[in-house]
Amino acid sequence: MPREDVKKLLRSKFMPHIWCPGCGHGIIMHAILRALADLQIPKEQICISSGIGCSSRMPGYIDACTLHTAHGRSLAFATGVKMANPELTIVNVMGDGDGTAIGGNHFIHACRRNIGITAVVMNNNIYGMTGGQASPTTPEGAFAATAPYGAIDPVFDVCKLAEGAGATFVARATVANPMQCEQILKKAIEHQKKGFAVVEIVTYCHTQFGRKNKRSRPTDNIKYLKEHTVLKAQADKMSPDELKDKIVVGEFVNIETAREYTDRYNDVIARAQGKA
Amino acid sequence: MAQNEFWQGNKAIAMGAIAAGCRFFGGYPITPSTEIMEVMSEELPKLGGKFVQMEDEIGGIASALGASIAGKKAMTASSGPGISLKQELLGYGYIAEIPLVVADVQRGGPSTGLPTKVSQADVMQARWGTHGDHATIAYAPCSIPECYTLTIEAFNMAERFRQPVLIMADEVIGHMREKITIPEPGSFKVVDRKKPTVAPDDFIPYRPDEDDVPPMPAFGDGYRWHVTGLTTNEWGFPTNDAPDIDLKANRIIRKVERFRDEIVAYREDFMEDAEIVVVSYGSVSRSSLRAIRELREEGVKVGHFRPITIWPFPDKEIAAFSKNVKHIIVPELNAGQLVHEVERAVKGNCEVHGKSLINGELYKPAEIMSFIKEVA
Ligand SMILES: Cc1ncc(C[n+]2csc(CCOP(=O)(O)OP(=O)(O)O)c2C)c(N)n1
Ligand code: SF4
Repeated sequence: MPREDVKKLLRSKFMPHIWCPGCGHGIIMHAILRALADLQIPKEQICISSGIGCSSRMPGYIDACTLHTAHGRSLAFATGVKMANPELTIVNVMGDGDGTAIGGNHFIHACRRNIGITAVVMNNNIYGMTGGQASPTTPEGAFAATAPYGAIDPVFDVCKLAEGAGATFVARATVANPMQCEQILKKAIEHQKKGFAVVEIVTYCHTQFGRKNKRSRPTDNIKYLKEHTVLKAQADKMSPDELKDKIVVGEFVNIETAREYTDRYNDVIARAQGKA
Repeated sequence: MAQNEFWQGNKAIAMGAIAAGCRFFGGYPITPSTEIMEVMSEELPKLGGKFVQMEDEIGGIASALGASIAGKKAMTASSGPGISLKQELLGYGYIAEIPLVVADVQRGGPSTGLPTKVSQADVMQARWGTHGDHATIAYAPCSIPECYTLTIEAFNMAERFRQPVLIMADEVIGHMREKITIPEPGSFKVVDRKKPTVAPDDFIPYRPDEDDVPPMPAFGDGYRWHVTGLTTNEWGFPTNDAPDIDLKANRIIRKVERFRDEIVAYREDFMEDAEIVVVSYGSVSRSSLRAIRELREEGVKVGHFRPITIWPFPDKEIAAFSKNVKHIIVPELNAGQLVHEVERAVKGNCEVHGKSLINGELYKPAEIMSFIKEVA
């Protein structure tokens, strides 16, 4: 059962939720809520934004200022929200398809701008909502509704993509370790003052991906994630061959000295007004 | 002291937006609209407003919608291909009821078409470009002063009705320079969106007032609410319930249609005794008026009707005069888009002659004169 302060962040009016029983997305929502509750951010100052997908239904269930946008566009909406009101704490949640396929361009540019938004990529390696089509994170060889002979497209490494594009906080966790999710999310939300934070949370879609890839029960997936997770410190000592199929978790980037975009825009305002 | 300037249409649109209280612009460069964003990048920070050059047109409209949700009057601008890209999120603005102004400085198409050439081919795109049903408000300025005043009007309507409103300029109007006397602040009306008056815990986000428009708080104002592009009930909760869907789907159309008479704007010249009427808008109306003035001197009874709002379309007004005239001529810079609306309004009361020009040029007054002479 959720803690009292966490429960207060839920919008029970919008329940029951649409997620399949046992879907990993619920674990992520709970971790986000615990992180927000621990940080004691007033609900009125929290904006949860999302695109379209199962994962992106999350904002509806959170009692804050919530924004469910169009497929792939959430970070562009959130950029406007943050520019208009930099005081807001913005957690932008999106699926792997939402964030890295249709929304890929917005994703890399939000990283580049280093705008103060915490982006959570809920990576279940598949398009869940539309019925299990391959996404840019579907592993090579895995089966999907649109990869009946096994996927051949190479996968995106969300964290490397974020790092390469300039995000100043980048980390990964899996739903098999909700406590680590919570800890990383807390740091990522706090990092918002310094800029764009990306947290990839590896999760699962047992009904779509699982059904076609011998992981049809939630427990099969948790077990898979546990068996394949490697901490970053360990991974640093492993060979590329040993790291094949492994999910490296931990913090990859944390630039303490970064300057956030709306903060830097204040310099523009000062220059335009002749005060700098 | 009234101030005179010699401005380009695009600059007048940008400055009109600022006068209306616009404090956010998100956009992406595209000819012939780009100067709007260039002016915004310079002017907005002077007033503490924000400008962001986004990664594409979709980002431009998305960021503007986001800024509007967070309480700022917001705008984006584009042309042809960029407007096409914005269509999904225009729809989002209609259904989620987000005030927004979109300037469309029209160029030739389809696709990349004619980047630097004039057209009026987005008339139907503006009305039906996004999927689903909604009401459209779109202004077609024909001069630099109108670029300024109609942009203010567009913001007022966007705020009042909580939806996107379009400025349908065209390349000639956007790039032309002309004298403008800047209206004094305070000499024109500025409308701000209605805010809720109830306590946050009693707030029902999409419960409309008597005017069919729900009050709108901003994110960060102390209210918590859900914004979505899904069809929702009054609570903003996604619904599949036919009665709830009915309510929402019809209300977003009705809220504008009810006030149609207050929104529709047009101008009539030489109409008192006209037997022939030219209906034209935007840059074309300038050539038409020149032609009509000359023909009046020759004694031809020709008048001019100019829709200023192309949406809602001034159909009632056209129907009214169509009973007293023999011919209506509709020259436009497309293959015949607004002429269908004219025909619909006229209902056979008189003859309607559509004229189309799609070679990137503007009608010369002499060409319009010859259309009039053909039927006179
Ligand atoms: C413009 C557009 N294209 C396609 C869709 C259809 N669509 C809805 S959800 C979705 C996939 C969502 O997958 P993902 O982002 O991975 O999230 P998940 O459902 O797996 O959580 C797609 C393609 C849409 N809604 N809008
Ligand atoms: S389809 Fe997959 S991602 Fe969507 S709710 Fe069900 S398990 Fe979760």
